Amino acid sequence: MGATVGIVAVVAETKDGVVRKASLEALAEAKRLAGEAGGSVAAILVGAAGAGEAARLAQQGADRVVHVEGAALAAYAPEAYAEAVKSAVAALKPDVLFFSATAQGKDLAPRTAARLRVGLAADCVGFAWENGALTAKRPIYAGKAFAKVAWNGARPMIASIRPNTFTPLAPDASRNAAVEPIALADGKVRARVTGYETSAGETLDLTEANIIVSGGRAMQGPENFELLRKLCAVLGATLGASRAAVDAGWIDHSYQVGQTGKVVNPTLYFAVGISGAIQHIAGMSSSRTIVAINKDKDAPIFKMATYGVVGDLYQVVPALTEELARVMKE
Amino acid sequence: MNILVFVKQVPDTETRIQIQNGAVDTASVKWVANPYDEFAIEEALRIKEKLGAGKVTVVSLGPDRVKDAIKYALSLGADEGVHVKGDGIALDDPLSVATVLAAAAKKAGFDLILAGKHAVDQDSGATGVMLAELLDIPHVSVVVGLEIDAAAKRGSAKREIEGGVELVSFELPAVVTAQKGLNEPRYASLKGIMAVKKKVVPEWTLADLGVDAASVAPAGAAIRTLEATLPPARAAGKILEGEPADTAKELVRLLREEAKVI
Ligand SMILES: Cc1cc2nc3c(=O)[nH]c(=O)nc-3n(C[C@H](O)[C@H](O)[C@H](O)COP(=O)(O)OP(=O)(O)OC[C@H]3O[C@@H](n4cnc5c(N)ncnc54)[C@H](O)[C@@H]3O)c2cc1C
Ligand SMILES: Nc1ncnc2c1ncn2[C@@H]1O[C@H](COP(=O)(O)O)[C@@H](O)[C@H]1O
Repeated sequence: MGATVGIVAVVAETKDGVVRKASLEALAEAKRLAGEAGGSVAAILVGAAGAGEAARLAQQGADRVVHVEGAALAAYAPEAYAEAVKSAVAALKPDVLFFSATAQGKDLAPRTAARLRVGLAADCVGFAWENGALTAKRPIYAGKAFAKVAWNGARPMIASIRPNTFTPLAPDASRNAAVEPIALADGKVRARVTGYETSAGETLDLTEANIIVSGGRAMQGPENFELLRKLCAVLGATLGASRAAVDAGWIDHSYQVGQTGKVVNPTLYFAVGISGAIQHIAGMSSSRTIVAINKDKDAPIFKMATYGVVGDLYQVVPALTEELARVMKE
Repeated sequence: MNILVFVKQVPDTETRIQIQNGAVDTASVKWVANPYDEFAIEEALRIKEKLGAGKVTVVSLGPDRVKDAIKYALSLGADEGVHVKGDGIALDDPLSVATVLAAAAKKAGFDLILAGKHAVDQDSGATGVMLAELLDIPHVSVVVGLEIDAAAKRGSAKREIEGGVELVSFELPAVVTAQKGLNEPRYASLKGIMAVKKKVVPEWTLADLGVDAASVAPAGAAIRTLEATLPPARAAGKILEGEPADTAKELVRLLREEAKVI
C-alpha cells in the first residue's frame, strides 16, 4: 500500500539568527519522506532570524517557510515557543512535525507535543513508510537496542531527530519560498532565559561533533588532557571523557560520554585509555569508525574498535598527533 | 513547601540487553532507581533541609516491583512515597505516563516537582516536560544548578545547553528535571533504612486518580513500540601492535585510505 502524506514540517532552530545544521539535516529527511509519499515540506522559523535564512531553508528542502514572530520570542522560552509552533501547526496542518534533538529541541518538542496532545518519538535515527504508515527507529538503553515505534491517529506525528544522522541537501539556488508571517500575540512566559555562561574552550557540543577524542582513567589527572587537546586541535575534534575521568574531577561532567552522559554519533571516535565498560560503549557504539588506544590487549573496548592500537597512550598519542599534523599539512 | 519527586525504576545500567520475541527481555534484570532521579531526590532533600521545613513525596508509576525504588528514596530521607499502579498503562508512551503522573501530582499537591532529565531505559527525556504542560506550569529541563526562593515563589536554574549553561528564572510551582552535576547524591543511612520499615506506601489506581483507563491504555497510546532489535554487530577490527611511531603511521593511513574519515 502506498503512503500518502500532506505536509512534513520542520521546526528550524536558529543560533544567533542562523539556522543550525541539525535543522538542515531534519529538512533533508523531511524532503525524502515527503517525496516518497506525495507530500511537501514546510519549515517553521520561530523568533528573530537573519534575512537570508528563509531562502536557505527553501534551497535546502522547504517548499514553504512560515515565520512566527512576537515579543515573547526574543529569547528561548519553552511556553512561548511551544505556542508559536502551535500557531504554525494551526496554519499548516502538517501530518508530520520534526524537531532536532538538540538542547532546545529536546526541551521544546515534549512541551509542544503535550500542548497538542499528540505523540512524540524522541531522538530518532531513521524513518520509513510501512504499509502506508510512518514508523520511526530510535535508540533505547542508550543504543544497546533500538525500538521501532508508530503513532496513533492524531496529527501531527511529532519526532525529534538525533543530530549527525542525516546529511543536509546541497543548496539548490533555483529554489525559493515566500515567507508566510505569523504574529504571535503575547503569551505566557513563566520561565525565561536571563543569561548564558559558556564553558571555556569547547564550542561544539559532543552530540553534534564529527570527530571526538575521549580520555579515560588512564589520563591520571587534568594536566594530561592537554595531550588529547593537542590531538583534538590537529583533527578539529571535540574532547570527551569516560565517567572515571569525570568522577575523579579531572574534567567537567558535560564531557562525559555514555549511558549517563552524552550519547554521541560522530564519524570518528577515539577512546584513549578507556576500558570499554558497558555504560561507556552504550554512549558511543553508533560511531562510524572507532579507534581504541589501550595498553591492555584484552581491554573490552578492542571488541568495538574498527582500529585498535595496543600501546602506552603517552607514547601513542604524541606520535599520532605528530603524524597527523604532518599528513594534514600535505 | 511540598516537593514531589517522580522516580522511575529502570534496569541497572550494567544490564546486557537481550531481545525476546521482539521485545526487551527484562526477566533477569536487576532493577534500580533511574540514575537521574537520584539527583532529583537529593535536590529535593537539600531544598527541604535548607528551608528547615516542608515535605518530600516520592511517586513511582509501574508494577509492584517499583515499591523498591520508592523504599530506596524513603531510606535516603524522603517523607512519603506513593505507588501508582501501572496495570494497563502504556508505560512506553511519555504522553500517557505524563497524563497519569499529572493526575497523581494534583492528588498529592505540590509547590515544586522534580524529575530526572531522562530515564535510561526508554531514553525519551520527555515525561517531566510533558507533565509541566499538562499541569499548566513552567518547566526547566536538564538542570545542573538550582536555587529556590520559597517566600517569593520563584526559582533560578542553570540549564545545560551546547557549549555552556543557560540561566533561567522561573515561577513556582514548576517542574525541574535533573542532570548529572546538580549535586552529589547521598547514601542511605542505617537510620534511614530502619525508618522505611515503619512507612506505609499507599497504592493509587487510575480510578483513584480519576483518569479514564482507555485514554492511557497501550491500544490507543500516542506512540507505541512495534518491535525492539539489537544493533547490528560490528565487524571485527584491525589490531595494531608495535613501535608507537609505526602504529601511528599505520593508523593514520588506515583512517585516510580505508575508513576515509580524515
Ligand atoms: C549507574 C552507572 C552509570 C555509568 N555511566 C557511565 C557513563 O555514562 N559513561 C562512562 O564512561 N562510564 C559510566 N559508568 C562507569 C563505568 O562502569 C566504568 O567504571 C567507566 O566507564 C570506566 O572508565 P575508564 O574506562 O576510563 O576506566 P577504567 O575502566 O579504569 O579503564 C582504564 C583503561 O585505561 C587503560 N590504560 C591504563 N594506562 C594506560 C596507558 N598508559 N596507556 C593506554 N591505556 C592505559 C587500562 O588498560 C584500562 O583499560 C557508569 C557506571 C554506573 C554504575
Ligand atoms: N513510570 C514512571 N514513574 C515515575 N516517574 C517517571 C516514570 N516515567 C518517567 N518518570 C519521570 O520522568 C523522567 C523522564 O523520563 P522519560 O521521559 O521516560 O525519559 C524520569 O527521570 C522520571 O523522573
